[in-house]
Amino acid sequence: MSTPIETDVVIIGAGPIGLFAVFELGLLDLKCHLVDILDRPGGQCTELYPEKPIYDIPGLPIVTGQELVNRLLEQCKPFDPQFHFGEMATALEKQPDGKWKLKTDAGTEIIAHVVVVAAGAGSFQPKRPPVPGIELHENAGDGVGVHYAVRKMETFRGKNILIAGGGDSALDWVINLAPLAKTMTLVHHRDGFRAAAHSVNQMRELEAAGKVRFHVASVKAVHGEPGKLTGVTLAGPDKSEWHHEADAFLPFFGLTIKLGPIAEFGINLHENLIPVDTARFESETPGIFAIGDINTYPGKLKLILSGFHEAALMAQAAFHVARPNEKLRFQYTTSSSNLQKKLGVS
Amino acid sequence: MKIIAVDRQGKEHTLEGRDGWSVMEILRDGGLDIAAECGGACACATCHVYVNEGWYEKLPPPSEAEIDMLDMALAVEPNSRLSCQIICSDETDGIKVTVAPE
Repeated sequence: MSTPIETDVVIIGAGPIGLFAVFELGLLDLKCHLVDILDRPGGQCTELYPEKPIYDIPGLPIVTGQELVNRLLEQCKPFDPQFHFGEMATALEKQPDGKWKLKTDAGTEIIAHVVVVAAGAGSFQPKRPPVPGIELHENAGDGVGVHYAVRKMETFRGKNILIAGGGDSALDWVINLAPLAKTMTLVHHRDGFRAAAHSVNQMRELEAAGKVRFHVASVKAVHGEPGKLTGVTLAGPDKSEWHHEADAFLPFFGLTIKLGPIAEFGINLHENLIPVDTARFESETPGIFAIGDINTYPGKLKLILSGFHEAALMAQAAFHVARPNEKLRFQYTTSSSNLQKKLGVS
Repeated sequence: MKIIAVDRQGKEHTLEGRDGWSVMEILRDGGLDIAAECGGACACATCHVYVNEGWYEKLPPPSEAEIDMLDMALAVEPNSRLSCQIICSDETDGIKVTVAPE
């Protein structure tokens, strides 16, 4: 275990609202660390709709999800945010001195005066097919059972591998794992794929060469003792069913959002949302703030622009928590040479 | 105009459709448990429904974008649709949909 990181504010979620919070907190000289389960910034904007236009960001008549995130990153860059990507915030503990310690599933520990939950609807997690008992075959070990990601390709060598899905992840892993698999089978609900054309072509070539079997089918049941997958039942479009031997089953249906461990942090929740007051955007636990889609209050609208407003007010309140003996000087970026210095523009 | 929606517990709900609204919006506002994570952008496949009893053919066919996005849905059947892409009109009056498993 490495030494805990000490900072002013730890932000859970590096989506648009978390990024703008870095900016607002930065203007008040508060330094931020951000934890996000995704491997890049942007949250839903980059994960769900990077190419889709957004039309209701003030001052930006049209901007794509990815462009908005790029601009927010540029805007908060002067404040040097520290990102912890690919990590899930798993536990939050109050310290004897009143600070908070946030732990992640990667073993990172961050101690901060203030916690800001900007987690949207929660954390992105792989979609689990609705197959009875599938969860009993998860975490069965390297190269066997059910996996939603491939960490070490080598662990799948010599295995009977079944992949389900029609997107880029499914096709990419069929192509990458086929050379080392004992058998490689792909199932998808149609004879067509969302994946990039060149991947589809490569898969078809492997199929023609007998290195990949493809069925229009879906997995209806999994077989074997818990942790020891032996096979699955496949069903075709005509409802016919057959047994298929498999050591490893890799479903790739993208991600969905689950609230996750935030529910265990001891923060009061109302229907999976964090009630906050609209002056401070603080939860019912002092020192823990919630902004963006994760919070709720009378009149709440789940809009990015509302989250920006919430971030600005939160920052003012958070300042007093982190710097109880200091006077907050309210300044405008247009006129304050002090703020302009922080932003690196003067 | 009516929308008959069957939830994941098998309970049937009769909801009032609104001309020009998506079925996803009617389900969501009607309190059914449907994630609709992307808010109707045909970008997440979490508003997946099955269109019941002969209604599938009566609807305008799914776009390429919807067919592609259905690749990311679970338990897809021949009558699967994304409810954010079904628009309420007089033609959909009485449509019956079943919320797909999570």
